[in-house]
Amino acid sequence: MSHFFTYAILTATVSAALGLATPFLLAALGETIGQRSGVINLGVDGIMLLSAFNAYFTALKTGNLFYAIVVGMGTGLVMGVITAFISVTLKAEQGISGIGVYLFGLGFSDLLFIKLVGTPLPINSLNPIDIPLLDRIPAIGGMFFKQTILVYLAFLLVPVVTFLLNRTTFGMKIRASGENPAAADSVGVNVSRVRWSAVLIGCTMAGLAGAALLLYDGIFMENLTQSEGFIAVALVYFGAWRPVGVMGGSVLYGLAIAIVLEWKSLGIIPLSASDLAATAPAVITILALLTVARRFRQPAALGKPYERGG
Amino acid sequence: MSRASVALAGAWQDRRRFLLSWFALPMSLVVALALGAVMMLALGANPISGYNALIVGAFDGSYALGATAVKAAPLLLVAVGICVAFRANVFNIGGEGQLAMGGLASSATAIALPHLPSVVLIPLVLLAGAAGGALWGAIPGAFKAYFNVNEILSTIMLNLVAVQVMNWLLAGPMVDKTQNSTYGLIPETELLPRSSWLPIIVPNTQLHLGVLIAVIVAVGVWVLIYRTSFGFRVQAVGLSRDASRYSGMPVKRTMTVAMAVSGALCGLGGALLVFGSISHRMVTDGSLTGFTGSDGFNGIVVALFGALNPLWAIVSAFLFGGLLVGGDALQVATGVPADMVTALEGLVVIFVVSLEYMRRRSRATAVAPSGRSKAPPSKAPPPESPPPEAGAGDGSLVAAGERADP
Repeated sequence: MSHFFTYAILTATVSAALGLATPFLLAALGETIGQRSGVINLGVDGIMLLSAFNAYFTALKTGNLFYAIVVGMGTGLVMGVITAFISVTLKAEQGISGIGVYLFGLGFSDLLFIKLVGTPLPINSLNPIDIPLLDRIPAIGGMFFKQTILVYLAFLLVPVVTFLLNRTTFGMKIRASGENPAAADSVGVNVSRVRWSAVLIGCTMAGLAGAALLLYDGIFMENLTQSEGFIAVALVYFGAWRPVGVMGGSVLYGLAIAIVLEWKSLGIIPLSASDLAATAPAVITILALLTVARRFRQPAALGKPYERGG
Repeated sequence: MSRASVALAGAWQDRRRFLLSWFALPMSLVVALALGAVMMLALGANPISGYNALIVGAFDGSYALGATAVKAAPLLLVAVGICVAFRANVFNIGGEGQLAMGGLASSATAIALPHLPSVVLIPLVLLAGAAGGALWGAIPGAFKAYFNVNEILSTIMLNLVAVQVMNWLLAGPMVDKTQNSTYGLIPETELLPRSSWLPIIVPNTQLHLGVLIAVIVAVGVWVLIYRTSFGFRVQAVGLSRDASRYSGMPVKRTMTVAMAVSGALCGLGGALLVFGSISHRMVTDGSLTGFTGSDGFNGIVVALFGALNPLWAIVSAFLFGGLLVGGDALQVATGVPADMVTALEGLVVIFVVSLEYMRRRSRATAVAPSGRSKAPPSKAPPPESPPPEAGAGDGSLVAAGERADP
């Protein structure tokens, strides 16, 4: 136990936790925007898988990680068009259609991977960027200010999304569409258009999350996400539909994974029990869902397609 | 609008309604397969020889049919389980975890009681599987009923927990220690006692007793839902929790029990995966779907394509069992990975739920034949509140107008 609290290991663990939390945070922030507008998107995991593969393929072919990130986001956007068309225009049952998108993404990403790549080859990873001056702060610098650009971007998006939702007209329209679409409609808000935009933004961020996960792992494989997209949806509930809460949940999740990994490699958790220890994050999430469901209210129109006069 | 055009519009509405109610589901599969052909073309494979290989691999000859039926049996049980939960307006995505728990409970039972004769041991292991699944279904059911926890999220989290627990048990306490391997032990149980194996009922095939059991159970569940007072309560709770509460039904308990039954059916499927397997062990590979082969998710597709009716699910399970078995033949013949079937399943789900809205609308407008201009669909009586009898044929995905919290 004492080994864990040495300076270097603690720093490394927190630093890894932030990297691990980034895909969750990006996907969950996007999902927050969608859910605040009233659309629950359960296809996040499938979107992340497809984006991760497309980003991987781009990185393999061009060697340019910037292109890879852009392609990942583009894939998310395309899947967003499909998701919005199904959920908003066709008014399909969102819980089920999301499972369809997930299965499609799971099958199609693996199909492409086996057919186009076959043997997994590693790609370059993103270089950490040291923030001048701040990275010199003892302990804190090593934990927070030697991260990749995507980590900074994800955490910067927390205040941005908070501002967007709470302080802009567009954000007000999103919240109105999620709470009372009929009232929003009656004062001239185009509910369909608002929900379309919210879903497109959310899915693009899911695509970015897929790319971030890929670049963290540095390699693609079958079912790369291991249900991370579903966990991201759960983190939105965990954070009670607020970006700061979502960030707290993501960091907690990242920390739980990083600590289990670290303790495993230090031998604090015996190898035989490591699978059991790996259940910790999911158990924490279930317990959090229990408490959040009792204390917070979800957007009133969440998951309900809006129909005029309906 | 002139009278003639009103009549014409009415006739078109009728035809559209007819097409949507009878052909929506088959069409969704046909369109998905057509898109699959496009995928094959894009990947440089010949779709005709691909689908030919798939169909031959799945349905040609008694051996292939047997393999398809064996694949279909657990799918059918998962799908039937989803049907039960869905009637109570709970969407059970926990098939993966419930399959794993059922497999573990049944394997442990067989290992603990190796000397019992088949007539005792087989029913016992199947019941143990059902019990393991029931536990893993009751937890999210109770969370939903008593604490209003979104069941889609809780079942997915419990899937992750179940798989990790399974990986731990199969690699640790339950591992077959007699293996001699230099590369570490395979996460699998010892060879299960011969008296627990599900007997083959058609010689020279893999077709085992479990397939028959699955079909009988599916029919039994249809009776349970549509012909018993328990089924009536489940449906009433699914249609309206408030109305059920006012009429004195134990709403929360009914939801929990419905999810426990749903989990039990999936758990039974898990037992079939173990005792109907060729290796006669419980095996995994350390990945999320190593033991289940994604059957918990495939079962969702089967249930939806079977219009959430246990009897139609029998047909649907056989069809998708065939697709999954034939997928391997497809891979061998054309080099297109069998994962294409998973992608096609996703498309089928998307099409089925998307068409559901059009179907609902066309039914709503059909009540007011003069067209929407005079009677908007919202004014028509809610189409999804038929008496329990009507449930036999309708595949409504939304149990009531109020599937409030997904």
